Amino acid sequence: MFHWLEKHPFFFAVGVFLVISFAGLVEILPNFAQQSRPVIGTTPYSTLELAGRHVYIKNSCNACHSQLIRPFKSETDRYGHYSLSGEYAYDRPFLWGSKRTGPDLMRVGNYRTTDWHENHMKNPASVVPGSIMPAYGWMFTNDADIDTAFAEQLTLSQFFSVPYNKEVPMKDGSKKVVKMGGSIADAHTLALDEAKVIAADMKDQDVKDKVAHGEIPEIVALIAYLNSLK
Amino acid sequence: MENRPLEYDYTVAKMFMFTTVILGIVGMLVGVILAFELAFPELNLVLGEGFAEYTNFSRLRPLHTDAVIFGFTLSGIFATWYYVGQRVLKVSMAESKLLMFLGKLHFWLYLLVVASVVVSLFAGVTTSKEYAEFEWPIDIAVVVVWVIFGIGMFGLIGIRREKSLYISIWYYIATFLGIAMLYLFNNMEIPTMLASSDAGETGIGAWYHSVSMYAGTNDALVQWWYGHNAVAFGFTVPIVAMVYYFLPKESGQAIYSYKLSLLSFWGLMFVYLWAGGHHLLYSTVPDWMQTMGSIFSVILILPSWGSAINMLLTMKGEWQQVAASPLIKFMVLGSTFYMFSTLEGPIQAIKSVNAIAHFTDWIIGHVHDGVLGWVGFMIMAALFHMAPRVFKRELYSKSLMAAQFWIQTVGVVLYFTSMWIAGITQGMMWRAHDEFGNLAYSFIDTVTVLHPYYAIRGIGGLLYLVGFLMFAYNIYKTMSARPVEESELQNASPMGA
Repeated sequence: MFHWLEKHPFFFAVGVFLVISFAGLVEILPNFAQQSRPVIGTTPYSTLELAGRHVYIKNSCNACHSQLIRPFKSETDRYGHYSLSGEYAYDRPFLWGSKRTGPDLMRVGNYRTTDWHENHMKNPASVVPGSIMPAYGWMFTNDADIDTAFAEQLTLSQFFSVPYNKEVPMKDGSKKVVKMGGSIADAHTLALDEAKVIAADMKDQDVKDKVAHGEIPEIVALIAYLNSLK
Repeated sequence: MENRPLEYDYTVAKMFMFTTVILGIVGMLVGVILAFELAFPELNLVLGEGFAEYTNFSRLRPLHTDAVIFGFTLSGIFATWYYVGQRVLKVSMAESKLLMFLGKLHFWLYLLVVASVVVSLFAGVTTSKEYAEFEWPIDIAVVVVWVIFGIGMFGLIGIRREKSLYISIWYYIATFLGIAMLYLFNNMEIPTMLASSDAGETGIGAWYHSVSMYAGTNDALVQWWYGHNAVAFGFTVPIVAMVYYFLPKESGQAIYSYKLSLLSFWGLMFVYLWAGGHHLLYSTVPDWMQTMGSIFSVILILPSWGSAINMLLTMKGEWQQVAASPLIKFMVLGSTFYMFSTLEGPIQAIKSVNAIAHFTDWIIGHVHDGVLGWVGFMIMAALFHMAPRVFKRELYSKSLMAAQFWIQTVGVVLYFTSMWIAGITQGMMWRAHDEFGNLAYSFIDTVTVLHPYYAIRGIGGLLYLVGFLMFAYNIYKTMSARPVEESELQNASPMGA
């Protein structure tokens, strides 16, 4: 059989393809049948949080920080409850990372504040002596891309039925609605409202001034995203 | 018809040899910069505050991985394909105007994609998925390049004179099919410009931005099915194709066992794809998939060692060649690193070992003993073998090559030993508890302790880069400085042994 295959490239290629696709069919497809269902309390990202997530991705934060807490005592002691599949239901793409040069950030919103992040992103070693993380000064001057975040929200809601402007169940039994704008201007207003809350807790006067003038620096969006990780 | 050997046309092979060398230098240089940034963080500002965004570790890191994978390695794969393909199929590219056109088109489009990748990664345009960072416009271009490569490959096979496909061709075909399948499924994404707001606005935001078709755990599953098998079909399969051609050619020895090559080929094809789950141990992926990932990783030793043993036994009775020829040294040590790396991988895929190794530098060490010791050595060996035949000149310097071999070997050893120690140290410190059951170390303690190992790793990487520059110089002098031979060298190896 092998000698015959080696003289018939077409059938050889078909044979190879069947053999290599087998594992994917058995291993990966079944999991798609179980749609990723959110656990109670998991909400879609707001416009500003999503813009912050884009800043996180743009700067490859995931190259050094994981967002996956493994079910070991040492990890739950350090980072909080181990990760559940449903908590990632709105993560496109997933940001588990593959290397912890820095600590896990899955629940960083539980134990770090806006103030902490502001100082840390400006000069990590001043907050954590010995840190090898570089400073991210440009995030204080570059503006976040709210339009693209809004476009992503629209895509999520139109193609993947992510529940924006709909009630989502919370752990305490209440309902929460994550709002999405009806137009670009609307989305900017929503994002700016959130940004003002973050900026109020910040010290950098330039950032505060920018937000007061209706601009949203990347750092504000990033902190909104990091605070949402719980 | 005249009774003389076929003349082959190496135009396209030469073009890809050029990018192999250039992109290799770029990728490895960025790697060395990154290594020293971890040891000495002030280097993140090496070009000053103004350029901090572009010299920063996190922005450069995907540039390193992609330049080495899709620049250096892929160019090497293409260069060897356009050399080996013609020779084992006994047909010249010059015999078909179409194939020649496709080959050149392949090269120029590839170069265009590389350029756009560099620009987009510096700008921070990325999907965040490892080795699949490109946004949808580049993804489409990649698919076009790949299809052209495939048409050229099957076209050449279609007009072949040698009816039976040599082992290397099996592996090249598998490379083409494997990458095509993986790349397509992992990059399923929806451009956000397609959505419209309630107010009727369309084309909102960045036109190149997209959203992954898969969410959360599913996304991770597909990504690591891809990520792991990109290693399979980029760093293993085509490199095995090279060693099956270049080692017998260079040593003058026949392949040790045809049956062993059959077993390892079909075994590798079947087993490799299952093992992606070992990247997701203790994650939220269903348990049975994690277990399958572990089990198949261990089974993977069989076909991997099958190829490696086949290579080493090909040298049976001819071991004096290893001492005499630096080129044979590269290939034999490459095969040995392959054995070593494919034993280390399965060990790390065992769940209890992975609990310590995952997220640490041990994984980085594993990747690099594979890519520096196996992939890098094999590609350079292939180009060393090709250069005299392609440029019709004697190789510039054998002693330079020998010096390069030793410098790089020391570099690789420094690299993986320091990363082993760093990884296991950090893994153990993360999980250490004191007598009261509290965590013994804060996270930063587990970072500062790594400083000496990061410095040693940087030096190891630097040595490898220095060796690569010697390689580039040797190839450059070969193609430019020596007189042209009358015809292709028929028997002599470039060593003149």
